Amino acid sequence: MKAPYDLSLLCWRVWQRNVTVYRKNWKVVFIPPLLEPLLYLLAFGVGFSTLVGKFQYQGSEMPYLRFIAPALIAINIMQNAFFETTYASFVRMYYQKTFDALMATPLTLEEIITGEIVWGATKSVIATAIMLAVVSLFGLIDYPSGLLLIPLSFLGGLAFGAIGMYFTGIVKTIELFNLPVFLFITPMFLFSGTFFPVEHLPRWAEWLAAILPLTHLVKICRALGWGQYDLSLLWEGAYFVVFFLIFFPLAIAKMRKRLMK
Amino acid sequence: MKTSINAQNLRKTYGDLVAVDDVSFQVLPGECFGILGPNGAGKTSIIHMIYGVSPRTGGSLQIFELDADQHLRAIKARLGVCQQDNSLDPDLTVRQNLEVFARYFSIPQAIARERAEKLLKFMALDHRQDSLAIDLSGGMMRRLIIARALINEPELLILDEPTTGLDPQSRHQVWERLEELRASGLSILLTTHYMDEASRLCDRVVIMDHGCILVTGEPAALIKEHIGHDIIEAEAPSAGLREYIRERQWRHEDLGHRLIVYVEEGKDMFHEISKLCTKEGCLMRMATLEDVFLKLTGRDLRE
Repeated sequence: MKAPYDLSLLCWRVWQRNVTVYRKNWKVVFIPPLLEPLLYLLAFGVGFSTLVGKFQYQGSEMPYLRFIAPALIAINIMQNAFFETTYASFVRMYYQKTFDALMATPLTLEEIITGEIVWGATKSVIATAIMLAVVSLFGLIDYPSGLLLIPLSFLGGLAFGAIGMYFTGIVKTIELFNLPVFLFITPMFLFSGTFFPVEHLPRWAEWLAAILPLTHLVKICRALGWGQYDLSLLWEGAYFVVFFLIFFPLAIAKMRKRLMK
Repeated sequence: MKTSINAQNLRKTYGDLVAVDDVSFQVLPGECFGILGPNGAGKTSIIHMIYGVSPRTGGSLQIFELDADQHLRAIKARLGVCQQDNSLDPDLTVRQNLEVFARYFSIPQAIARERAEKLLKFMALDHRQDSLAIDLSGGMMRRLIIARALINEPELLILDEPTTGLDPQSRHQVWERLEELRASGLSILLTTHYMDEASRLCDRVVIMDHGCILVTGEPAALIKEHIGHDIIEAEAPSAGLREYIRERQWRHEDLGHRLIVYVEEGKDMFHEISKLCTKEGCLMRMATLEDVFLKLTGRDLRE
């Protein structure tokens, strides 16, 4: 066809629509990011820490809770964007026909999809801010570098939002999201250096983990959360830029195939 | 001559299936134009091509005299579209549904609020403006969808089966509003398979089947041309009646259990025919667009 992407600032209108709906339900949607870290900290801090005892990481000793706190934030960045552009976007697209209505306005398909992904990233930012506040109450995050977790959550959210939207473009029914969740999200949740260092994995699994995005996100979150950052972090950040640049066009292509009749 | 829509040899295929087969038509400014056809005739495919969610396989399409490929965004800013499916935001209130939609057209908030108020009054929804859209009845939802399509003050309103699934009261209310809109000079393109709806609202119609246009014209002219003025229906016709009609070579259709006779001026014929069948089994009525439709598209079920 013509120009590959017809993308203007109108995509913010789609984002704004989701904000309007979010503000309507904020009392309900606020609870998970507030409660989730507390549950984790309770389970791991009170229950699990006693089993772990003195925890060694990269040569230094630290409380186990301090080890997992940045990882919890990384997981939360991943989940908020991914679940927004999979289940929630699918509901809007398939059940509520929102995208069909939008396609009949001056908006283009690219703007709709971009607005959705940016909204997914925004959900990650909101959840990160809430979680950061809760975790910081326990003194588990160092500042000011910890504040950089907020912009990081947007970048990570874009990447996970884009791959989520790609899956929304290809699944036939909402139940099929179980596949990427079980094959992609859950393994990352467990094996990306979240609850134990990746170095404890067998060699092949360590390599596998090094490809997965959450491993990199956890690394950056720890560096920023512990105030131990250096320039090598830019490479980790670049990973997410590249990840987004791969899955964003894929998501647009699949959604075009899906929405164009 | 100025046109709101000028479609020439519009074509849409999905693999081997030809959904729209070289269709040409024009919608004039201020006109209500109806596309009629059974399910699968290609009505919705045409609508999809007009607002750009379905790329054409062939043909040319101009809307407001602008090329539909080159100027799609500008065209869509001047269209109001009511799709078949309910696409309201269920989490938002009736008023919010309009105001959020106005943003997609970059309408300033104050103006959007003003228009929303006016449209809700027009569609008799002002008393429900703070209800959630999901709590509305079917008829109210449909009216809200039409109100939403008017928020950008479109020059052309596209309605894809606007009253399907509504109860008679709701249908009549929708019709009255659409008649007012038409009277105000708005161009309307509507698809339907309700012939009474088309007769009442449309200045001109096309009847489509299997992706092709069978006829184009004013509803009354089509009835006159294809059917005549009156219809006589005889239930369980006797052999004698069949013979009688065949002898006189009256235009008719034999459905087996029912005989339909197309006549120009039916009073005398009805008198004669009714003598040949039971009194209850014979009736005369005015021909309608539905008779034209069934005659042209056949009586087979479309499933």
